[in-house]
Amino acid sequence: MQSSNNWETIIGLEIHAQIISKSKLFSGASTNFGSEPNTQVSLVDAAMPGMLPVINKDCVGQAIKTGLSLNAKINKRSIFDRKNYFYPDLPQGYQISQFTQPIVGSGSIQIDLKEGTSKKIGITRLHLEQDAGKSIHDIEPNKSYIDLNRSGIALMEIVSEPDIRSAEEAQEYVKKLRSILRYIGTCDGNMEEGSLRCDVNISVRKKGEELGTRAEIKNVNSIKSIGQAIDYEFKRQTEIINSGGKIDQETRLFDEKKGETRSMRSKEEAHDYRYFPDPDLPPLEIEDEWIEKIKKNLPELPDVKKENLINQYKISSYDAAILVSDKNNAEFFDKIITGNKKRNAKNVVNWITGELFALLNKNNLEIKDSPIKAEDLGELIDYIEDQTISGKIAKNVFEEMFKTKKRAKDIIEKKGLKQITDTSEIESLIDKVLNNNKDKVDEYKSGKEKLFGYFVGQVMQETKGTANPGIVNDILKKKLAK
Amino acid sequence: MDIDKKLVKKIATLSKLKIEEKEVEIISKDLSKIITWVEKLNEVNTKDVTPVANPSDIKIPFREDEINDGKIEEKVLKNAPEKKAGYFVVPKVVE
Amino acid sequence: MDLKNINLEECLKLLKEKKISSKELTTFYLKEAKANKDLNAYISLNFDNAIKLAEESDKRISTNTARPLEGIPIAIKDLFCTKDIPTTAASKMLKDFKPTYESTVTQNLWDAGAILLGKTNLDEFAMGSSNETSFFGASINPWSKDNKKYVPGGSSGGSAGAVSGNIAIAATGTDTGGSIRQPASYCGIVGLKPTYGRCSRWGIVSFASSLDQAGPMTKTVNDAALMLDIMAGYDKKDSTSANLEKTNFYKNLKNNKKLRIGIPKQYKNNQLNDEIIKLWDLGIEYFKKNNCEVVEIDLPHTEYALATYYIISSAEASSNLARYDGIKYGLRSNSENINDLYEETRSEGFGNEVKRRIMIGTYVLSAGYYDAYYLKAQKVRSKIINDFKKAFEKVDIIFTPTAPSDAFEQGSKIDDPIQMYLNDVFTVPVSLAGLPAISIPMGLSNNDLPLGFQIIGKSFDEDSVFSAAKIIEENSNFKKVDKK
Repeated sequence: MQSSNNWETIIGLEIHAQIISKSKLFSGASTNFGSEPNTQVSLVDAAMPGMLPVINKDCVGQAIKTGLSLNAKINKRSIFDRKNYFYPDLPQGYQISQFTQPIVGSGSIQIDLKEGTSKKIGITRLHLEQDAGKSIHDIEPNKSYIDLNRSGIALMEIVSEPDIRSAEEAQEYVKKLRSILRYIGTCDGNMEEGSLRCDVNISVRKKGEELGTRAEIKNVNSIKSIGQAIDYEFKRQTEIINSGGKIDQETRLFDEKKGETRSMRSKEEAHDYRYFPDPDLPPLEIEDEWIEKIKKNLPELPDVKKENLINQYKISSYDAAILVSDKNNAEFFDKIITGNKKRNAKNVVNWITGELFALLNKNNLEIKDSPIKAEDLGELIDYIEDQTISGKIAKNVFEEMFKTKKRAKDIIEKKGLKQITDTSEIESLIDKVLNNNKDKVDEYKSGKEKLFGYFVGQVMQETKGTANPGIVNDILKKKLAK
Repeated sequence: MDIDKKLVKKIATLSKLKIEEKEVEIISKDLSKIITWVEKLNEVNTKDVTPVANPSDIKIPFREDEINDGKIEEKVLKNAPEKKAGYFVVPKVVE
Repeated sequence: MDLKNINLEECLKLLKEKKISSKELTTFYLKEAKANKDLNAYISLNFDNAIKLAEESDKRISTNTARPLEGIPIAIKDLFCTKDIPTTAASKMLKDFKPTYESTVTQNLWDAGAILLGKTNLDEFAMGSSNETSFFGASINPWSKDNKKYVPGGSSGGSAGAVSGNIAIAATGTDTGGSIRQPASYCGIVGLKPTYGRCSRWGIVSFASSLDQAGPMTKTVNDAALMLDIMAGYDKKDSTSANLEKTNFYKNLKNNKKLRIGIPKQYKNNQLNDEIIKLWDLGIEYFKKNNCEVVEIDLPHTEYALATYYIISSAEASSNLARYDGIKYGLRSNSENINDLYEETRSEGFGNEVKRRIMIGTYVLSAGYYDAYYLKAQKVRSKIINDFKKAFEKVDIIFTPTAPSDAFEQGSKIDDPIQMYLNDVFTVPVSLAGLPAISIPMGLSNNDLPLGFQIIGKSFDEDSVFSAAKIIEENSNFKKVDKK
């Protein structure tokens, strides 16, 4: 949609990611979500007279870790600046942020698109800043209620280059970024709870022309909303230009219910934030040893892991992508595939992404809470492989394992589900069935080929489904051919 | 530099200060005088000089990531002009 | 026993020798402070608690568990947050504010056994050089005579007036551009601004973060050294606090240092009053008599220091005072919408000088002007710091007047902000460079008002500052006349 009629959409995203840490960026209060109002607020967070900030070392480490994972330059010297404006959820009357010299410089990530292609999206910078408190507007009609629990929690603001050209690219960018952050444990990426927030900067232009005026869209709180907001803005902006109008450089709010963006009421004039270096905080200097140490301890990132999976196990790019989309998926797969060298990778992937995901989704569970442990699924797969049970029976066993958390071995034994592969045993069973159904045999021989399935069914019934279907088929065919 | 009335009003808005009409003229004069006076800094050659935000040479000191503060909601709200159910209360803010 | 003209060292001796009790001492000073209300040096007095604390101190003294300042009542500038005791910053904005916490510097004093006597008057939010902008009214210089009211200087005018007027043994002040030194000079007492980072700023109502420093205001140099040893120290709650070894200023006073004294040639010009030049030369003689070498030094960017200071301090203040919004604490003016709440509260809560500085600060930081003013000022600051670094390669101490004149009459400069700012011409460069400096009284002006002189040292070399100050003190023999 965004590339119709030689229109081009230029999109840049600003992501605010809450850093995983026990305490806040400049105060020792807890970062827990959902506590009683103002119980996680220190005197510093409440901006009492004479209070001063002291920086949390771990938060800095998380930012470095993130920067390294985004292939970005870590700036060994960075400065904290004050961003000055008035708002009730901003107790200091300024936000401590970084403006001219951020902690992380330019980097990039790769995104995977539908057609199987991959695109590099540049990252301009990443900086540290404080989160604001929360205003609640619907408790009393003429009042707003302020809770400062969130005030001062560490945020990483990650700014992308305007390299994004469509809603799909934007969504893939956010998904990839989110998965990286979750992988390395620097942000839990929870958009519903607000630990990952997205602002969209979007402009349009006719291909080959100069950059258009951009609008900033705030309050885009889900992957779906990102797509909707971009689609709406594309329509809105192209319509205005087509009818001879001009785009205002403004901030707009995304309305989730209507799927539209609207102008923010209170902005008659642009904010003048009067950034200046925070005189309460000396420059942030990061030693090389620290950066090296963090680099060494970085987990394998999704893109790298994906390539490794494809190369090592020869699974498809599509399958690999699913496995690395969540660190827990990859771990689950890893456990099974390394538990027994004979296991077939494609097989394992299919069981995970097919049967297991289906049951997990149905029961609203995440893979890390799966009632079937990786090793146990592996065991089941082995039983199929060595013909202990048939594929069809395996599905039933799998469901039973999910329900009861019992191991395959126990279920197979208890229910007598072992596959019958003994050809003589099967032959005698087939003989029995054919003898009992002489009239149908005659009908078959005179042309009613459909009855083949009936005979198979009868054999299965006799064996409670445990006869090896392949062998049954072969022997039955031979017998009926006579 | 002349700080005209329009600029005075803009600065007052940014600082969230209310200036009565009759005061604007006086403030405009005062601020203009002061700003003109500080403009003598233009005489100083500061090419290639690194600006200094704080006279001390120290680097930022770090704090360990531990929860050792908060849970003092009584103290936090003690001096609040208006509070209810554990919240600070203000006139309704329209986004 | 003359308890009025007593100093800190003498008090400690009397208490130790049990010639007097803390209860007597504290009761006496509370009475004197109350009786001298017309000085308006105090915003509040600690009637509720001081005697009780004095009695506890007496117990400790009698059981030989006395701490370094045990039982001494001390006046605290009403800019230091004192737990459960009103801390107003001399502003309507905080007139009813009671902090639930104690500033690090005052806690250090209480941990040493000192007692809070009362909170002293100051210019509102420490912005001023005359203590005339206080919401609680101006305080008066105890040297006032002939039915005229002279200013005690500012912003720590109340502390200076209290010590000078013998209604406090010693006091704390804060100094951003001269707010300890200049009132010390006007009132004829000793006032020290330590090196930036020497004392913690945690719990002190912030004016200009890169300039503010707490310091002692006392009757003698020995007292100042004693107090600074207690007030100073690393505080991990303040990211600009210097992490150094514990100090021994008082002990080190005994060391006789041979010092090289620098006289900045840009300061000594014919625009200065004769009386100041005369005293300056006298001081130079004292140093020479004491084996100190005196040389001329160069501080070429002197004339730009005031402008630099006003840009930087106003910018920082405009941001530091943004937290006063009627939401979390302090004054609130009732209004129907949030914007009015901000504007009404801040306009009602702040006085004219504070508003002026906030607006200057907002202006110099605003888009389009940042480079020309704020960034420029930070660069000139760098040059001023360099001037001092170069000068201190040649000398240990720099010796200058503290202020260009003696105390002026109330109301004579308040309508002309620039005239008011010029009072700080000698003190401001030191603040920009974060260096330690003391003001020590040397003599009287032609108007029989005190004149103080400033001794500036290298970073963290308060020892040399104290040594040099002692030379001047001993030679000047500045007598404090009982003014009543």
